[in-house]
Amino acid sequence: MSLSRRSILKGAATTAALSVAPMIMGASHGKPKVVVVGGGAGGATVARYLAKDSKGALDVTLIEPTRTYFSCFFSNLYLGGFRTLESLGHTYGKLASEYGINVVHDWAVGVDRDKKTVSLAGGASLPYDRLVLSPGIDFVDGSVPGWDLSHQNRMPHAYKGGSQTELLKAQVEAMRPGGVFAMVAPPNPYRCPPGPYERVSMVAHMLKENNPKAKILIFDPKKKFSKQGLFQAGWENSYPGMIDWLDSEFTGALEEVRPHSMELVVGGEVTKADVVNVIPAMKAGRIAELAAITNDKGWAPVVPATLQSREDENIHVLGDSAHQGDMPKSGFSANSQAKVAANAIRGALTGSKVFPAKFANTCWSLIGTNNGVKVGAAYEATAEKIAKTSGFISQNGEDAALRKQTYEESIGWYAGISKDMFG
Amino acid sequence: MSVWTARIIKAVSLAVMLAVSPASGPVAASEIGDAKTGARLFQVCKACHRVGKEARNAVGPHLNGVFGRVAGSVEAFRYSEGLIRAGADGLIWTADSLDAYLENPKSLVSRTRMNFIGMPSAEDRSHVIAYLRDFSDKPSDIPEAEPTSTATDHALDPAILAIVGDPDYGEYLSGECLTCHQAGGLDEGIPAITGWPREDFVVAMHAYKKEIRAHPVMRMMAGRLSDEEIAGLAAYFEGLE
Repeated sequence: MSLSRRSILKGAATTAALSVAPMIMGASHGKPKVVVVGGGAGGATVARYLAKDSKGALDVTLIEPTRTYFSCFFSNLYLGGFRTLESLGHTYGKLASEYGINVVHDWAVGVDRDKKTVSLAGGASLPYDRLVLSPGIDFVDGSVPGWDLSHQNRMPHAYKGGSQTELLKAQVEAMRPGGVFAMVAPPNPYRCPPGPYERVSMVAHMLKENNPKAKILIFDPKKKFSKQGLFQAGWENSYPGMIDWLDSEFTGALEEVRPHSMELVVGGEVTKADVVNVIPAMKAGRIAELAAITNDKGWAPVVPATLQSREDENIHVLGDSAHQGDMPKSGFSANSQAKVAANAIRGALTGSKVFPAKFANTCWSLIGTNNGVKVGAAYEATAEKIAKTSGFISQNGEDAALRKQTYEESIGWYAGISKDMFG
Repeated sequence: MSVWTARIIKAVSLAVMLAVSPASGPVAASEIGDAKTGARLFQVCKACHRVGKEARNAVGPHLNGVFGRVAGSVEAFRYSEGLIRAGADGLIWTADSLDAYLENPKSLVSRTRMNFIGMPSAEDRSHVIAYLRDFSDKPSDIPEAEPTSTATDHALDPAILAIVGDPDYGEYLSGECLTCHQAGGLDEGIPAITGWPREDFVVAMHAYKKEIRAHPVMRMMAGRLSDEEIAGLAAYFEGLE
């Protein structure tokens, strides 16, 4: 199934034409129905904006298996002791009570694109006029030889918020004096490009205080990474001699991990570690694959201006799962895309004004106490992709007051985006 | 109307006049002078006032964070009744009110104990004010506190200020702002922009757009907004409670 010329024209239609269009009702059922799968930065935001802005004209259902959402963003600050786990937890009560969203705690296990229904693990089948998939990431099986999900309690990925993060923190706290923390970093593209390196910073911060002779090794398949200069300068200043970043060109490729003996085999050499944080290669959340809208790399290609799937005009894909162009996979990006998608969906289903798409992203990272850095960019929709138009990054040598301000700004951002997602 | 209120109105009127005719007249009270020169001129004030790291009250109150402070409000300093009353009446130290006070303290606050004859040169006063501002709010604050404003921000084409924004469009565009700023007006880490006067909003956004203001995120966000879009955002946020 591909996008029709009509739907593309509709996406680019003038606001005047759309504003006088009659209410477009669901084909077989009262108010138009929007089903949103995934209650994170993309899903919660799009559900809230659809419900808020349509003022009751849309029937919005949000499907999310967990009752409490623990954000992956800021989870590194929990590892570093700068946040509690509780402060990263959010519930869906306001979305239901204040915005009238039908929140269903269940797993979406299938999409019938012809019948336009989503099936749930509990047995229900929900009809939709538009479906929004924002399921985050899943891992590519076999991308780290020797590791699969059955080993996640031995070698945690901690790349989905919640209990995995808690487990990793407990493991680091229990490290023997002078022990080794090893990270297997992911290949591109993956959720939160600076995330693994902020994590290393936060683990180093914790070890510096409690286990100062411990070592951190990063086995990285990439030759460079996000904010590399800022992180490496920060590590040299704050944690001298503690962190070794080892790219595969230097060490050879990672051959396997051995969860039962806590070993890593790299370039023919065996390294023993006390804690191994395996962050595998990633792909779109499973439901996107089940809906058959992913490409051979495992991501879901989308139309930039509306976030509609390139395979199905009735499905929109947000955030980490979307193959959209230049935007990084981040909570900020997902939130930004959600608002564009909400505007497009509302326009299509209710005839409301459709405004031009604008996207932005900023990623803050904490290197140490009051030492925050950031990177960000603005984007616009072209026919081919969401394209970067301008950007910025923190600089080495910034004074302590600016770094502190940047950190405080990130706390403000967390509060702001949480409110924007959950009301 | 009290004397100080009249003086402030006069000073503000001057600033507004300069905003629409930037090339004319003397140095505006709200223009920020040269802090280095101000540090030298501050020697006169040092007989009574301290400012900077670990500054304490002396004959006069310390002047750290003086901008935005209610007159007569430094803890543990014994003020004159006149200054306490001025504070209770709503006198807040801003570039304009400080300028008036420095010019002639007794004309702004009756029976103040500040035994200073006054600084007649507007230029000198602007330098001292610039020096004091270094120990108060920074220009990168958003929304800026009044004392951090500079006349540069206001050199905006009146035609831009006259654009009537579409609040509906502003509401859509506000989605971009609300990833960070809170609609409810909470001011923590990222400042509140809710309920901001339309003109102030437009002036500030254009200052980011022209890269007069420093914050990189805001430069990026404002940089791609058209004049109409900025007006729309200003109209929306002004009306948000």
